[in-house]
Amino acid sequence: MMQFQGYRRADGRVGTRNYVGVISSVVCANEVAEDIARQVDGAVSFTHHQGCCQTPLDLKRVNTVLIGLGSNPNLASVLLVSLGCESTAVQEVAAGIRACGKRVEIIGIQDCGGAARTRAEGTLIVQDLVSEACHIKAEPCPVSELVLGMKCGSSDTTQGLSATPAIGWLSDTLVEAGATTVLGEVTEFIGAEHIAARHAATPEVGAQILELVERMENRAKAVGCDMRGGQPTGGNIKGGLSTIEEKSLGAFAKAGTAPIQAVYEYGQKPTKKGLVVMDSPGREPEILTGLAAAGCTVIAFATGRGAPQGFPFVPVVKITGNARTWEKMRDHMDLSVAGVIDGSESLPQAGAKLLERVIEVASGARTRSELTGYTRAMDIYVLGPVI
Amino acid sequence: MTRDAIAIKKQDNVATALRNLAAGEVAHVGREEESMAVPMVEAVEFGHKFALYDISRGTDILKYGEVIGRATADIPRGAHAHVHNIESLRGRGDLVQGS
Repeated sequence: MMQFQGYRRADGRVGTRNYVGVISSVVCANEVAEDIARQVDGAVSFTHHQGCCQTPLDLKRVNTVLIGLGSNPNLASVLLVSLGCESTAVQEVAAGIRACGKRVEIIGIQDCGGAARTRAEGTLIVQDLVSEACHIKAEPCPVSELVLGMKCGSSDTTQGLSATPAIGWLSDTLVEAGATTVLGEVTEFIGAEHIAARHAATPEVGAQILELVERMENRAKAVGCDMRGGQPTGGNIKGGLSTIEEKSLGAFAKAGTAPIQAVYEYGQKPTKKGLVVMDSPGREPEILTGLAAAGCTVIAFATGRGAPQGFPFVPVVKITGNARTWEKMRDHMDLSVAGVIDGSESLPQAGAKLLERVIEVASGARTRSELTGYTRAMDIYVLGPVI
Repeated sequence: MTRDAIAIKKQDNVATALRNLAAGEVAHVGREEESMAVPMVEAVEFGHKFALYDISRGTDILKYGEVIGRATADIPRGAHAHVHNIESLRGRGDLVQGS
């Protein structure tokens, strides 16, 4: 059985990192959350633009996503930073995270009497949390405990020929070993949904996939224009991708050949093992946040043109099949599978290389985005307006 | 022989350039087990597509053996096939009645 060095948490889930999370409850508390995390080695902040002046449906989603993020096993404990007058249900979020057996502290800027006092008090709390977290040691864990998120971005036409099929190979191998793999980016099912539906483990799951895709396409169509330029993006088009259908067919190769066991809402934790689908858009901050909230502990990210984004507490492994991108964007790329394009490497060879890299990263090896500090791609995906 | 371009399935009518191709050269296209030679009628950049046959306006464009869009103009064999002569059939709010 393949193993990695992970951090086992009270709820039985296993993390690949051991950070203390400083989570902002609302857009208005972001600066203070960032400042506190910066003061203590071993702490990371999560900030976003939601939590107030939104529809009740979106506010409920903010609560759920914050609970999911705080419960992610890559965090040992959490400090919630609140302003005090926001709509986020801060106590409910804290209780939701505590339910997984983690220590959660709350600090309020209006309660404390301003940013300076909150920073000072919050920093002392986080020092305490980090020194507690230091006692938790990584231990050998089977790869079946991994929850892999899958994503592609800054796409070009090499991707569907190399990097996304390599991720598909990785997903198949991990699923075979008993792990969970999560596919998002429903926008990039448009034009490939017939293939996605064929992957469904049951007819009900197939129908749910088609419904998700229809919902996403209708959202895009509701604005009354051709979505090309938005999806595929301007950069995709420069890279040679002509239509969303072409982008989708290349992106869907990430699914590999395993059956899709279930479909989940954005940020919802999968209860089934194996390959699952989560509703999410394609843009990096929102999908990376959704995958983290769902409990993904490592993310495999295919990129043709060179997407540099990472996430604060979930390592993101970048894979490119474009030899030029590997050369030019070297400080953002973790693995090249360009050999699949020039014919010097087979797909299983590339997949095995990727598996090895993902296990190293899950065991603590730093990704390029962690090394470069490019780890701030985060935000919560909401459906309604800011009001 | 090294491949200059790749087509994924036998039914595909476009191929993807694996290097910058110049007008006038002959591109060697790998497609499943076979190889075909396509004289380029215009330059096609790395990663971009070109027609493997004469494609007439209104024809489906096939890649991965699947429909990726439709030709909005005649695309001669060896010509660049991209957003200027291929339209998407999906996410088209502009085609919804009343908009």
